[in-house]
Amino acid sequence: MSELVLLNSPRSKTDLFVSFTLLALQGFGGVLAVVQRELVEKKRWMTREQFVEDWAVAQVMPGPNVVNLSLMIGGRYFGLPGALAGVAGMLAAPLVVVLLLAVAFGGVSQEPWAQGALRGMGAVSAGLIAAVGLKLITALRHNPMGKPVCIALALATFAGVGVLRWPLFVVLLGTGLWACAWAYLQLARQASQTRGSP
Amino acid sequence: MNPVLQLSVQDWLSLFSHFASLSLLAVGGAITTAPDMHRYLVDETHWLSESQFTSSIALAQSAPGPNILFVALMGFNVGLNAAAGLGGGWFSAALASLGVLLAMLGIMLPSSILTYTATRWAHQHRDKLGIRAFKSGMAPIVIALLLSTAWLLTISHNQPARDWPLYVLTAVTTLVVWRTRVHMLWLIGLGALLGGLGWV
Repeated sequence: MSELVLLNSPRSKTDLFVSFTLLALQGFGGVLAVVQRELVEKKRWMTREQFVEDWAVAQVMPGPNVVNLSLMIGGRYFGLPGALAGVAGMLAAPLVVVLLLAVAFGGVSQEPWAQGALRGMGAVSAGLIAAVGLKLITALRHNPMGKPVCIALALATFAGVGVLRWPLFVVLLGTGLWACAWAYLQLARQASQTRGSP
Repeated sequence: MNPVLQLSVQDWLSLFSHFASLSLLAVGGAITTAPDMHRYLVDETHWLSESQFTSSIALAQSAPGPNILFVALMGFNVGLNAAAGLGGGWFSAALASLGVLLAMLGIMLPSSILTYTATRWAHQHRDKLGIRAFKSGMAPIVIALLLSTAWLLTISHNQPARDWPLYVLTAVTTLVVWRTRVHMLWLIGLGALLGGLGWV
């Protein structure tokens, strides 16, 4: 738990808004990778474990994942105004940028170089997402389900979504329910053990 | 110039309510509901042309920020079509803004209210066994979902003979971001440059 001592938190709602604006403006092809690096590694507002937990919730709830995440983080520090500041930071400046682009270009240029640049950026953003996934694996170290079960669940999920291409909803119902049930049993066992041994 | 759409107050409300009805179904991101938006905006109402629809998605994905902004662009284009395109001055700007506002509020309000209330509740009961079990249980699954997303993005380029340089670029990016602290914008820029030159 020594990690917790070192954590920072946003100074104000303005800090939250500005931080999220800067994150969002750096996020080409998805903001997640930037959020993970800035909030966990640089600003240290949260640990990897907390990030995984929050991301799990943001992903399971309906709505845009990154927006859900900024809502949750903002809300934790400053309640509803914080949640609004977080979401506004995440959306306002990028909205202006994207509308200006739409006015300037009408759409995405069909020129071969522009299409090529988008291909290249797409390949990079795939790599960014993969790197976040790999980094977060260390957050499983203290998972109460134990390593073999974590690996099995991860493999089953990857097979369902990545290989068999089942809808997310179906896979979550499958692996998610088992995982939560198993985690519940393990946590309950731990709790009864700590109660049993004074 | 696009033919001017005649949108009644009821039409604007139905634009809002259509996005609002998709909001709670958008588990895993609003992009999962794009087929239904297409059915509504392009096939049924003809408020958007095919190319406006696809370029809204493509532009939002290539611009910085959350990809949900494709919904804002759809509202923007509906608004422009209801005015006289970009040449309509303030009237166009006003209708386009109205479109952005209604589409974004529609797609975001229901899901955000649900997420906010649910996570507040969960935070107040964070020591309860059920909440802790949910968070621990979902952790490996969420990590696997990230890796699946990266994998699906990679193999969406499905001609290895032509696309292998893209695979290499993705693999190198993964390693660099995983193991070093190189700023991500450099990598994005590199990807754009290599792609623009036609090397990947």
